[in-house]
Amino acid sequence: MAKATPTDIDDLETADLPEMDLYHPKSFLTKWVFSQDAKVIALQYATTATLIGLVALVLSWLMRLQLGFPDSFDFIAPTDYYQYITMHGMIMVIYLLTALFLGGFGNYLIPLMIGARDMVFPYMNMLSYWIYLAAVLLLAATFFVPGGPTGAGWTLYPPQAILSGTPGREWGIVLMLASLALFIVGFTMGGLNYVITVLQARARGMTLMRMPLTIWGIFVATILALLAFPSLFVSVIMLLFDRLLNTSFFMPHIIEFGEKLQYGGGSPILFQHLFWFFGHPEVYIVAVPAFGIVSDLIATHARKNIFGYRMMVWAILIIGLLSFVVWAHHMYVSGMNPYFGFFFATSTLIIAVPTAIKVYNWVLTLWRGNIHLSLPMLFAIGFIITFINGGITGLFLGNVIVDVPLSDTMFVVAHFHMVMGVAPILVVFGAIYHWFPLITGRWLNQTLGHLHFWITFVGAYAIYFPMHYLGFMGVPRRYYSLGETAFIPDSVADLNKFITLAALVVGAAQIVFIFNLIYSIFWGRKAERNPWKATTLEWQTETMPPRHGNFGPQLPRVYRWAYDYSVPGAKDDFIPQNQPPAPDEEAAPTGAPPS
Amino acid sequence: MAQTPYSQTGESSPQPSPGGMTGILRDWASDRQTFRQVPWGKVMMWVFLLSDTFIFGIFLLAYMTVRSSTPVPWPNPSEVFALEVAGQTLPLFLIAIMTFVLISSSGTMALAVRFAYARDRRNTALLLLATALLGATFVGMQAFEWSKLIAEGVRPWANPFGAPQFGSSFFMITGFHGFHVSVGVLFLLIITRKVLRGDFDLERRGFFTSRKGSYEQIETMGLYWHFVDLVWVFIFAFFYLW
Repeated sequence: MAKATPTDIDDLETADLPEMDLYHPKSFLTKWVFSQDAKVIALQYATTATLIGLVALVLSWLMRLQLGFPDSFDFIAPTDYYQYITMHGMIMVIYLLTALFLGGFGNYLIPLMIGARDMVFPYMNMLSYWIYLAAVLLLAATFFVPGGPTGAGWTLYPPQAILSGTPGREWGIVLMLASLALFIVGFTMGGLNYVITVLQARARGMTLMRMPLTIWGIFVATILALLAFPSLFVSVIMLLFDRLLNTSFFMPHIIEFGEKLQYGGGSPILFQHLFWFFGHPEVYIVAVPAFGIVSDLIATHARKNIFGYRMMVWAILIIGLLSFVVWAHHMYVSGMNPYFGFFFATSTLIIAVPTAIKVYNWVLTLWRGNIHLSLPMLFAIGFIITFINGGITGLFLGNVIVDVPLSDTMFVVAHFHMVMGVAPILVVFGAIYHWFPLITGRWLNQTLGHLHFWITFVGAYAIYFPMHYLGFMGVPRRYYSLGETAFIPDSVADLNKFITLAALVVGAAQIVFIFNLIYSIFWGRKAERNPWKATTLEWQTETMPPRHGNFGPQLPRVYRWAYDYSVPGAKDDFIPQNQPPAPDEEAAPTGAPPS
Repeated sequence: MAQTPYSQTGESSPQPSPGGMTGILRDWASDRQTFRQVPWGKVMMWVFLLSDTFIFGIFLLAYMTVRSSTPVPWPNPSEVFALEVAGQTLPLFLIAIMTFVLISSSGTMALAVRFAYARDRRNTALLLLATALLGATFVGMQAFEWSKLIAEGVRPWANPFGAPQFGSSFFMITGFHGFHVSVGVLFLLIITRKVLRGDFDLERRGFFTSRKGSYEQIETMGLYWHFVDLVWVFIFAFFYLW
């Protein structure tokens, strides 16, 4: 990789950032494959995440086919079903959403939106992607090893995760754990980049309180990830030792098929604590970047400044902080001291306060705004509605006495799919429709886009609303088939059929979206510069798409916050962040803490 | 919003810092750099160490949990880690030397940083080399201790002295720490070579990153090294004194 040579163009303002050294790629290989440009790395991340995400999408189809039409598909055995569940969950949460928000959007937007030429450690950034790719390949390899992928459920709870009755006990679980460890190593390399770039490489005038909320979201989520992934790393290593070296970190004395295993004395609950100490912040690692991005989408497409910017920033920080002290609400039925349940229920419900502040602020931003019902705006509104739905069912599950009967029912499945599946994915779509012209210089096909939005949005409700009801009926999750169960009425089967049909249609809409992406990269309508008339720096680059190094000879200088939309008396209805104040203009709002 | 709380353009602020909490917040939130005049690598190392603290902290928490969850009695560290020297059984003898060696290496590292800022290449290189040697000695003694325990029959999955979790957590945690020390030694040697060759004065570019280095890298290296030492103090307390 030493091929990448230091830049020889003299127009880089080195005095501004003495440490920023750019590398000019010399060949196709260093430009597009082993690239150190954050924008290329972002696209590599996004492509890989989308491809592995498609696998998870197909798995969800197969699961729904089994649930909707049990006994109809011979090729889906019970063990297969568990494998689908496990891989679907793990891929969607970690390898798709985490990688897409932080590796994809983070890499692309952080340097551009804060006015930097690149990430601060481009070489490490490149390594981060390649390690991530290795982790994804290792994960995909589990489909082809003897015994197939692990069927332990995405939570990988021991002891069952490594007992012989669980599918994929031989190879699947080992590769899965190794893949997770690799993912964490790779993510740490990227994550350090994102944090240090935001902290140390902002443009002149770009104070912390002038950063777009997108950057705040990605920044806080990355810090969460850097502090939460260690917990997963440690538990993954210990589980790997339990499986390969017969240690007993998590394994109690246990009898399998009448035979006493040589395990003994470990603590299965310890794994649950460690897993959820990672697992709960993980929810916010996915949600907080979505919060940030959706704020910018709403402000831009409603031509109005974001309501309560400082409150939004503090809410993100408080949500991040609180997310570390709520983990055991995933373990109400695990057998904890009841006082723990009280503490964790309280801290969980407190999170509703900063979250509600954010929702109110989004709605108040829309209030009397000049709302353009463009695709990003549609997806943003879809996100707000979905997030409120998912958040409210979260209040149900946060309460111990309500959670206990609902545990392990379809209600839980509906809740987390609404709040951390559908809601963030809607933001991802909105963000792609918003930034696609910047990245490619072309528009996505808007007709296909509207088709995609309406099918996805309405379809998601068709899937998950009935699922809440199933949960109340007591339909358990993770069951291959319900069989003859006294308390479950026959109508459940019809509802399951309906959900399956909806899921197939929604999945097909995503294929249309992928087609739209590929088609529009090459044949999409050409986009003019700054087509949304946005204020943030990524649209103010000299060229669109931005070239290597992002900005022209001069780094941009920031004079105002990111939300100067519809300023009274201004010529346009937006003022870019790098536009100097007019002579008669009062000092631009900074959103900075008052002295 | 007519009020201008502080310099908006990024010029160094003409008015003095208000001090106190307001001053801290104002400095942090100011433009370009949150930590003024601090090299990127150094900030990165601090954030990385914070993340690594969580890893070691969780390792030790897990160790404490399994130690209390296992029904088999825990072996007595004074006996397990004792060394027989000249016919006498000395508890914690080897570990005392190991700890002394590692703490001393922190001293040589700190001196190396001082000489690096004085641009004294010869002394810097010597002290870095001494640090690396002390680190390697530590790893060597750890290997000796491992082989002694293994020869006595301690395994990750079994332990003749008591709870099997003793062997598993001991090998896992000291192994992970020893890995950190070994990586540190490797980087110390690389930096020593750079100092000896004068890379930081000649602004020679790195092989992988093709970036210019600077003497501040020695301080960043030092941060890592002191952190590894500090972690050892905790491992020492939890494994050998408890």
